Amino acid sequence: MTRPPLSAEHREARLGWWLAAPAVATILLVALFPLLWTVWESVHLHDLRMPWLGRPFIGLQNYLEAIGDARFREALGHTLIFTVATVTLELVLGCGLALAMNRAFRGRALVRAAVLVPWAIPTVVSALLWRFIFEGRSGIANALLSDLHLVRQPPVWFIQAGLAWVPVILADVWKTTPFVALLLLAGLQNIDASLYEAARIDGASAWRQFRYVTLPLLRPAILVALIFRTLDAFRVFDLVYVMTGGGPGTSTEPIALYTFNTLLQNLRFGYGSALSVIVFAVTFALALGYIRFLGAGLTETRA
Amino acid sequence: MRPSRWGTVAIVAMVLTSAFPLYWAIVSSFTPEASLFVRPSLIPHVLVTEHYRALFTQRDFWVPIRNSLIVAGTTTVFCVVVGGLCAYALARLRFPGKVPLLGLILAVSVFPQISVVSPLYLLLRRLHLINTYPGLILPYLTFAMPLTVWLLVGFFRQLPAELEEAAMVDGASRLRTIREIIWPLALPGLAATAILTFVYSWNEFLFALSFTLGPERQTVPVAIALFRGQYQVPWGQILAAAVVATAPVALLVLAFQRRIVQGLTAGAVKG
Repeated sequence: MTRPPLSAEHREARLGWWLAAPAVATILLVALFPLLWTVWESVHLHDLRMPWLGRPFIGLQNYLEAIGDARFREALGHTLIFTVATVTLELVLGCGLALAMNRAFRGRALVRAAVLVPWAIPTVVSALLWRFIFEGRSGIANALLSDLHLVRQPPVWFIQAGLAWVPVILADVWKTTPFVALLLLAGLQNIDASLYEAARIDGASAWRQFRYVTLPLLRPAILVALIFRTLDAFRVFDLVYVMTGGGPGTSTEPIALYTFNTLLQNLRFGYGSALSVIVFAVTFALALGYIRFLGAGLTETRA
Repeated sequence: MRPSRWGTVAIVAMVLTSAFPLYWAIVSSFTPEASLFVRPSLIPHVLVTEHYRALFTQRDFWVPIRNSLIVAGTTTVFCVVVGGLCAYALARLRFPGKVPLLGLILAVSVFPQISVVSPLYLLLRRLHLINTYPGLILPYLTFAMPLTVWLLVGFFRQLPAELEEAAMVDGASRLRTIREIIWPLALPGLAATAILTFVYSWNEFLFALSFTLGPERQTVPVAIALFRGQYQVPWGQILAAAVVATAPVALLVLAFQRRIVQGLTAGAVKG
């Protein structure tokens, strides 16, 4: 392509900014400005239940409180457990499914529907569906477990700290694995089929083909899915709020739910904002990876 | 490649696992309340519509449906129009600051909603917008606008640039090129993006929970999540509501599945 003369280039630049301006202004106003406000709140004492205190500057005191706050540390731990468990399961299962879907077979449309529907339904709804399946002593999950003689006494899933995680993690894996499979499938379809042919001619087994052809070439797609899912799992809120409310006690409370409760139940806006900033900082560190791997494809200019 | 036996087993297992909770919710939503937890059986014996009738007569479930339609619809229209212009510029035009702009949009699209709940609450309270439609639409733009721009940049990049260049060489203005060449070509991508934005807005929970106070402005997810019976959890009605809440998004997504899959995975394969 020949480069246009300078004046046209100027015009193009001006048009570009005019077209982008409304969206950019919106993003600055509704996202970036509030984010800075959160940081500002986080260094102030601001308790809506005690308006007479005003909003004095207290430096890093909110952050120091967070470090000493056992419930905060536990919430962070819960978030970590949830993130590691769901992301691992979803990637392993999603990879297997993508490999299966990559082969030619009939009924592709049906499979695509089965993939998309769990992803598209509201998280609140999927949380309720799984809560219902595991509800009480005689929900369908317990009926199934008893019929298969897997348990002697059907457990009550939502009153024991350890057990309550099972339906929560299951619900997330159910909802998201198909989506991960879809991302990985798109990556698989980009792999040149002649590479497999060459490997077969060289006598490589199916496992070795997977190990030395598929896996290295799928790495970008795996990384994207990994970072994407990690960020999503780290801010889990809807699922836990609806399924367990963070309970029993606070034993399934993730960091986003603790922050929400601090803000809108206890009305401690200064401290809640400090927690928000911490969640943001962790996510941002993870997102830097995301931008590096996904942004590379988008920011490179079209040839 | 030919299908392998294990591959087929895996796919059938996935389809069944994906479908089962939905099947079970639909069946249970037509089951009398009294027999919901008595010896659950996979094939229903008696079907009743009492839960659906209760949903719309006792609970006035039309109110959250109307609220969700207004909030998600307005958000979608605004984002597709404003975001569409921005995405076109980002995908097609050269201008200084484009790369940092893309980075900013991507960064905003991944940051957690909880990190802006406190300022948005204080801001909306000061503007007296808590428990109003604008009080939901404004916060929804925080995630919907970057999402729309991001998806549309992907779609616009897939359009052939040659047609535009030919039109420009023939002397058509940039705006006329947009109207006559790009708009028709971009329409499917715009539709898919609109559907995705609508689905995300329809499903949103945290902001809707934080910035509404009562049933008159609650969206569908909030209304369902806060369902309470007088004495016990009204599971029949909850499941009926779940089916009603899922139907519109499920149908939209199924109708446009091919395009949506394209849009969702476009970013990933480029990396």
